[in-house]
Amino acid sequence: MAAHGCNYSALLLIICSVSVFIVADSQDTTLSGGHHAAAVEDNPQAATEAAGKTSEQPAVEERSWEATEVEEATLHEAAGDKQDTPAPETEAPSPVPQPKDDFQEELVIRPLHSGDIYASFQFRTLWETDFMSGNKVSHYRLFPKSLGQVISKFSVRELHISFTQGYWRTMQWGQPFQPAPPGAELWVWFQDSVTDVDGTWKELTNVLSGIFCASLNFIDSTNTVQPSASFKPLGIGNVTDHRFLRYATLPREIVCTENLTPWKKLLPCGSKAGLTVLLKSEKLFHSSFHSQAVHIRPVCQDWQCKTTSWELRQTLNVVFDLHTSGQGKREWSLFKMFSRTLTEACPLASSSKIYIDITDDPQGELFELSPATPLLSQAMVLGDRRTFSVYDLMQPVTFGTVRSLNPLIRWKSSEGDMLRPLLHAERYVAGYGLQTGEIHTLMYNNHPYRSFPVLLLDTVPWYLRLYIHTLTVTSKGKDNKPSYIHYQPSKDRLRPHLLEMLVQLPPNSVTEVTVQFERALLKWTEYTPDPNHGFYVGSSVISSLVPSIVAMDTNITMDRPLFSSFFPCKEESSFFVRVYTEPLLVNLPTPDFSMPYNVICLTCTVVAVGYGSLYNLLTRSFQIEEPSPGLAKRLANIIRRMRGVPPL
Amino acid sequence: MGLLSDPNRRRALISLLTRLNAPICVVCYMAGVAWFMGLAFEPFTLRTYMSENAMGSTMVEERFPAGERALATGREFAAHKKKAGGMPVDWLVKTMQSHGLEVFTQRFSRTLPFPDENKERYMVKGTNVYGILRAPRASRTEALVLSAPCTPGDNNNQAVGLLLGLAQYFRSQVFWAKDIIFLVNEHDLIGMQAWLEGYHHTNTTGMDWSPLQGRGGSIQAALSLELSSDVITSLDLVLEGLNGQLPNLDLVNLFYAFCQKIGVLCTTQGKLQRNDWDSVSGYSHAVQTMMLMVMKQASGRSWGDHGLFLRYHIEAATIKGINSFRQYKTDITTIGRLMEGMYRKLNNLLERLHQSYFFYLMPSLSHFVSIGYYMPAFGLLAVILLLRALDLWVQLTAPPPRTEDGVVDPEQMSSPGVLSVLTPLVISHLTGVALYTLPIRFQEMAVEHFPVSETEAVVLTAIAVYTAGLALPHNTNRLLSGGGTEQGWKVLKLVAVLYLAVLLGCTALINFSLGFILAITLVPVAAFVTPHVPKFLSAFVMIVLSPACTLLFSVFFFQELQEMPISFLDGWMLYLSVISQGILDHCLYGSLVYPLIALLVYPCWLIFWNILFWK
Repeated sequence: MAAHGCNYSALLLIICSVSVFIVADSQDTTLSGGHHAAAVEDNPQAATEAAGKTSEQPAVEERSWEATEVEEATLHEAAGDKQDTPAPETEAPSPVPQPKDDFQEELVIRPLHSGDIYASFQFRTLWETDFMSGNKVSHYRLFPKSLGQVISKFSVRELHISFTQGYWRTMQWGQPFQPAPPGAELWVWFQDSVTDVDGTWKELTNVLSGIFCASLNFIDSTNTVQPSASFKPLGIGNVTDHRFLRYATLPREIVCTENLTPWKKLLPCGSKAGLTVLLKSEKLFHSSFHSQAVHIRPVCQDWQCKTTSWELRQTLNVVFDLHTSGQGKREWSLFKMFSRTLTEACPLASSSKIYIDITDDPQGELFELSPATPLLSQAMVLGDRRTFSVYDLMQPVTFGTVRSLNPLIRWKSSEGDMLRPLLHAERYVAGYGLQTGEIHTLMYNNHPYRSFPVLLLDTVPWYLRLYIHTLTVTSKGKDNKPSYIHYQPSKDRLRPHLLEMLVQLPPNSVTEVTVQFERALLKWTEYTPDPNHGFYVGSSVISSLVPSIVAMDTNITMDRPLFSSFFPCKEESSFFVRVYTEPLLVNLPTPDFSMPYNVICLTCTVVAVGYGSLYNLLTRSFQIEEPSPGLAKRLANIIRRMRGVPPL
Repeated sequence: MGLLSDPNRRRALISLLTRLNAPICVVCYMAGVAWFMGLAFEPFTLRTYMSENAMGSTMVEERFPAGERALATGREFAAHKKKAGGMPVDWLVKTMQSHGLEVFTQRFSRTLPFPDENKERYMVKGTNVYGILRAPRASRTEALVLSAPCTPGDNNNQAVGLLLGLAQYFRSQVFWAKDIIFLVNEHDLIGMQAWLEGYHHTNTTGMDWSPLQGRGGSIQAALSLELSSDVITSLDLVLEGLNGQLPNLDLVNLFYAFCQKIGVLCTTQGKLQRNDWDSVSGYSHAVQTMMLMVMKQASGRSWGDHGLFLRYHIEAATIKGINSFRQYKTDITTIGRLMEGMYRKLNNLLERLHQSYFFYLMPSLSHFVSIGYYMPAFGLLAVILLLRALDLWVQLTAPPPRTEDGVVDPEQMSSPGVLSVLTPLVISHLTGVALYTLPIRFQEMAVEHFPVSETEAVVLTAIAVYTAGLALPHNTNRLLSGGGTEQGWKVLKLVAVLYLAVLLGCTALINFSLGFILAITLVPVAAFVTPHVPKFLSAFVMIVLSPACTLLFSVFFFQELQEMPISFLDGWMLYLSVISQGILDHCLYGSLVYPLIALLVYPCWLIFWNILFWK
């Protein structure tokens, strides 16, 4: 069974890394009319330039283009299955000579099912350099120096950090582009040259804490784990030894402007030009969900992958609420969202685009977008084929005569039920009282006929003592035996519980994982200043390859040649999803801290006076004692005893 | 303690206590009762004050404007309710969805152990509808609950209307930091029990419910709203929950503070506060208010939908709108503003409500008696039991009087066997077990053989078992060797007195009112009963002071306090229904009063009954 589990996790790892690239890749604009060879697609730069030249010709979406690319990706994935080599279709700069670093910015706007609106910024800086080869890098251009130094000093291979305020509502919003748990999350792969990983990790968290003005310094051994299968490197590299991985979350971390400002400072244009002018905190924090992240990883430079370059991806996702500010009208514009409009691209950027998701409206009835744009793009996003309108900020035409761009969306209501995302999860604490409890994790597979495996990662602090023998996994009322379980018990005040499981979710079912726990009584200095608020347990992480919606589509033959659609295409059949459950707030037995002095005094008095003397009274028997005889009498008694006469 | 370790002084003290035992007991009893009555006297009580900083100093503005629309929604709800003949689930789901909430439903069913004649229900099936207002940028860790029961008939439509109106208004605000759950529960407490059990995934009472789909994390506080008229004259705050649990006093303070701020008349126990505490009528008013609270708390049942929350450590209260003949009326917009203000303050909470008292009595809404003040009243009663126990102990350990010829009477000397003490204990407890199990077990048989309904069968069986218990055990000791001696009953009484002291002490810690009422009646019995008192008079007194008769008097007293006196026959009928409700409360919600009385208090009383008839 273990071998089986290993197999699964290895497969997951590869597919996971590949699929992230697929998502990233497939968002690139496709503009040319002809049939491109796969090699050309690897060069989005060139494609964009070509598109610039041929922008007069009507933009036709080329479905086969997408298909080819993704197909190729899967071929490589299949090939790389054995060797654990990265798929070469990762982003790479063009073979033509170009600056050593490169910056791209984009914004995706997506009207959500619930009527809210989702804006996702991505800024990508690529740098052809090698921090690790020993030569000191001292000249920085677009890449932020603070992060570059961190990478080289701490021998970081991959770093992912996210700060999130709010919980992503999968049931209403669907899947996010970049999932993140509430609070702060940090996971880092170190180079295998690092000897003292824990020490480096400790230093790194403290440094990052300073860079991002966040309480990352609260990450210590009690909330750090080394997941064995859930978090695999997203960049190139073949080290998957989880001794070099550290993962920690701080569910209590509150994200606000003081975290946004340092994040913006890492961008080449700061908040002065380009898409970043939209990032005004008074609007960004007037939203239902806010998540910002930094991902650093090594990627291939070209498709032979002889040299690597570093990719820095900064993402910011925000969901605006329609009810609180839109007053019921389904109408949004850039100005309404961010109280700014766009006038230029970042001068340092090689690409700057706005994508607006118009998939839900094929006929143009439900949707109104102004100013209209001729550019359309199609991409596979999270297993769904989406259509986007594209505004290219590099072209002056986009800004029109008013010299500013303010796209406006109006759409008809799609009032009604909640979504049924193929995979979603929730978690809660069951039971009452302050002694024991039970953690329930529910995982929903809403696919009508496909089952798929998920990896569940649970990190529980030591002060909830898990009774692992009570672990049950049930689906459809039957016991569901996980094919892989990795459990690391906690040590009091040293490390948390880590539970990883590979569970097969049957189609159209709810799988429930329950485990009972006992609440520990902490030492009185270990309580937080607000002990009655409760203690947080971080989100569990569910990673999975989910069969895609497109593969589910029965009228797949509608817009495809017949010869291409007999066998279900593998490349579209599944996509990688990571789902985070909500964090838990658990009350521990808490002493009354309101009057410590009184309590201590009273307790001591009661114990000392009351108990002590009562105990005394109960255990002793009292007798009236004759006053002790004098010395002469005692001597006389000794003599009398020796004589055998009764004493006086 | 030095006093006690000196044998001479110890002896003197003990002899004093044994000599003056009866007078001291009488004095203690009087003092206990007097102390209790003094609790309602205003100068002896404390004014309420807000302890929680997060709710105290922060200001909130109340701007709820849409009272009229809420009333219209309420009327619409009433129409749909009438059409659906119950909970209009679809309409509620649609309305809540259109207000921008995440809406979920929960179905539940429950077959009662026997039909509930007060509410005319036996096989209960229903649906709860709840909508969650997700707080922006919050991570689903904390929630507040606002609930309104969907009651049959024309009641409570306005509450549901106001709930929906508040939901719509709250949805358009941005300051929420906790999810707010708007719950409309069917079949009042049964629906609430199903929802709470579903939310916390427990099953304490064997109810069938469908699992909940949406949750909001740990619930910090809850309010239940009951409104049956478009305008009200006052708002009544109901606090007493299951097993006599009370919400944190800060919740009361919050309600009181907002009533003062907005200018709404507020009452507790339906009694308005009076300012003339120094007059006799003012004092008796306060006593009435407090006694009502004591009676309600002692009953151990939940007096509103909020009562079931308390088990889950969720502070909750019910707010009832009352429309009397008073001139001054408050419209629904004002109530909406009051609710808004309370929820905004609760939203500000950083921790659970924990700063203020959990154990208190309220002689008026602005004054309270804390546990430190009321416990001495009980302590004075409990000390009587300890004094009697001491007296008995001294009598038992004192060297037996020597007869003239210097030979110790062997019959006096032999200590009574364990059996002579154990047998009455076991028999009376078995009677208790019978009282606990038989009424429900044998209801079918009773219905077959007697012309009674099932509910009557249960109640009458209970009374029959109770009465049979009086006849059963008091003759057993004759059969045993070593029984029937003077020593025998003293040992038995010593055990019984200590048992009663522990029992009452534990009860009073959890539910002061119940403990105190039981102590008032049982302590005199325990103190005076011996085999040597006149049998018939004592038997009569004992029966009058037995738990069942206490309950009967409480029923009349409660009606008297509510200024709704009833005739004896009505009172008797009410008494029967109270017994059936007590048993139902135990089966449906897990109230502990019935098992406590049946399994512990009644057997304890039977032991004293046994002592009275000791031969």
